[in-house]
Amino acid sequence: MNSLKLWSAIALMVLASSAGDVLLSSAMKRIGDLGELRARHGLLAVIFRVFGDKQFLLALTCMTFAFFSLLTALSWGDASLVAPASASLTFLVSAVMAKIFLHEDVDRRRWISATLVCVGVAMLTQ
Amino acid sequence: MNLRKYLVLLAVMCFGGAGDVLLKRGMKDFGPVDLHNLPHVVAALANPWVLLGIVCLTGFFASYLTALSWADLTYVLPATAMGYVIIAVLSKYFLQEQISQWRWAGILLISCGVGWVTRGPELTERAESKTLIEGKEQHELA
Repeated sequence: MNSLKLWSAIALMVLASSAGDVLLSSAMKRIGDLGELRARHGLLAVIFRVFGDKQFLLALTCMTFAFFSLLTALSWGDASLVAPASASLTFLVSAVMAKIFLHEDVDRRRWISATLVCVGVAMLTQ
Repeated sequence: MNLRKYLVLLAVMCFGGAGDVLLKRGMKDFGPVDLHNLPHVVAALANPWVLLGIVCLTGFFASYLTALSWADLTYVLPATAMGYVIIAVLSKYFLQEQISQWRWAGILLISCGVGWVTRGPELTERAESKTLIEGKEQHELA
């Protein structure tokens, strides 16, 4: 039962974090290249444009939820399990969500990279 | 990819890695946080290492947003994972932490993944963006 609770918190954290990344990516693509925007309209205009975007705020909400899910998972399980599991699973779930929702071209090169990074992150915490 | 874009990715890696290590350095001075007394953690903001860490993490978030404004998420995530390597190296030399052989192997795998993905295109080519680029080129030619 405790294990189920712990893995539920990890799953929630991974889903919320990946959803936050996908929403953030979508919002930033719609807003456009921030470097060009800043050169044309100035830094303040960029800040107002980004923080006035509803999708960006939704992404921040998801990331805040992910942070508190991580804290909860850390209070229920060992950091040596929670940290690598959440970090490496987030890489894979984000890739899957980016393919489904953002229609990104996740070719073999990107799958191999995501898998290498995912395994590498898990090994870093050993 | 031009030099400016590589610099933005480099900023994501460096600011993220340095921010985490500086936070860790500050929290080492501050001592363990009691989960039942979370508001106490606000006092950690008075620590200069923690403040410097927050400045770095703000830089990380700004450069991460910039990178996402012109590159795919599946490109930015692995490309910026080099930050984990920076954390490991800074932890060894700045915080004097031990790095096991497993961790060095993990660093090698992440470096391979980062090197592999950054050699590919950073953005999925879409019909509308292709038309826009072609239109721009024709306009410049005319």
